[in-house]
Amino acid sequence: MSNFDFIEMKIPAKAEFVGVIRLSLSGIANRMGFSYDDIEDLKIAVSEAITNAVTHAYQGQENGEITIGFGVYENRLEVMVADNGESFKLNEVKDEIGPFEETESVESLREGGFGLFLIEALMDKVQINNNQGVIVWMTKYVNEVEVDLDDDQISSRS
Amino acid sequence: MELSIDLVEKSNHLIIRLSGEIDAYTVPKLKESLLPLTQKSGSVVEVDMESVSYMDSTGLGVFISALKSTKENDSHMKIMNLNDRVYRVFKITGLDEIMDIGRSNKVERK
Repeated sequence: MSNFDFIEMKIPAKAEFVGVIRLSLSGIANRMGFSYDDIEDLKIAVSEAITNAVTHAYQGQENGEITIGFGVYENRLEVMVADNGESFKLNEVKDEIGPFEETESVESLREGGFGLFLIEALMDKVQINNNQGVIVWMTKYVNEVEVDLDDDQISSRS
Repeated sequence: MELSIDLVEKSNHLIIRLSGEIDAYTVPKLKESLLPLTQKSGSVVEVDMESVSYMDSTGLGVFISALKSTKENDSHMKIMNLNDRVYRVFKITGLDEIMDIGRSNKVERK
């Protein structure tokens, strides 16, 4: 196993702290040599994961917490977002995400289902565990050549 | 990590200028400001995004609500002056196909 540094942060499950994590993430990713565009992708993906936790895990509860872990490797950043609140049904969520078709009528547009879709489009590897609470584990490589070409995520890039 | 919103009204032509970041924290404010504008029948709502440096899916949700509202209320919404980063979020999700969107520094003729 390669050596890596691990940074862990814990925030209240409140929307106002999503931006705080974005700032920390920018600092970490910038230090690692990620490009400007990749840092912006990371910011969106990680924000989506935290926003999901804020809005779904702790509905109606005041004092939930979200743990964010950053695994800093030579060639990649792994970001873990964990809540210990209520799990969402992964299959249902997966069914609800995906790009819009132009033929879809406006009335049927989904207003909330883009979070997971964006995470998958913007990161190189995404794993979700929702056994006890939800853990989103996202990986982005510093250089895109590190990504397997058969990885379907890469086709989302244009 | 803030979002400021300025509104210019010229009869049916409404310009809403956004500046800052659109995320889970700031988006309720955007929704509150934008939705009522689209409820005015016959209005043209221009959303000037030039100074928006960050937007995630929470922003898309509001623009989808606003788009629905324009269909219900016979109004129109144009999203203007998106920077490349913000445009990319619309593009990845396919929303650029169904919304009237103008990118930064490009003349929009529709």
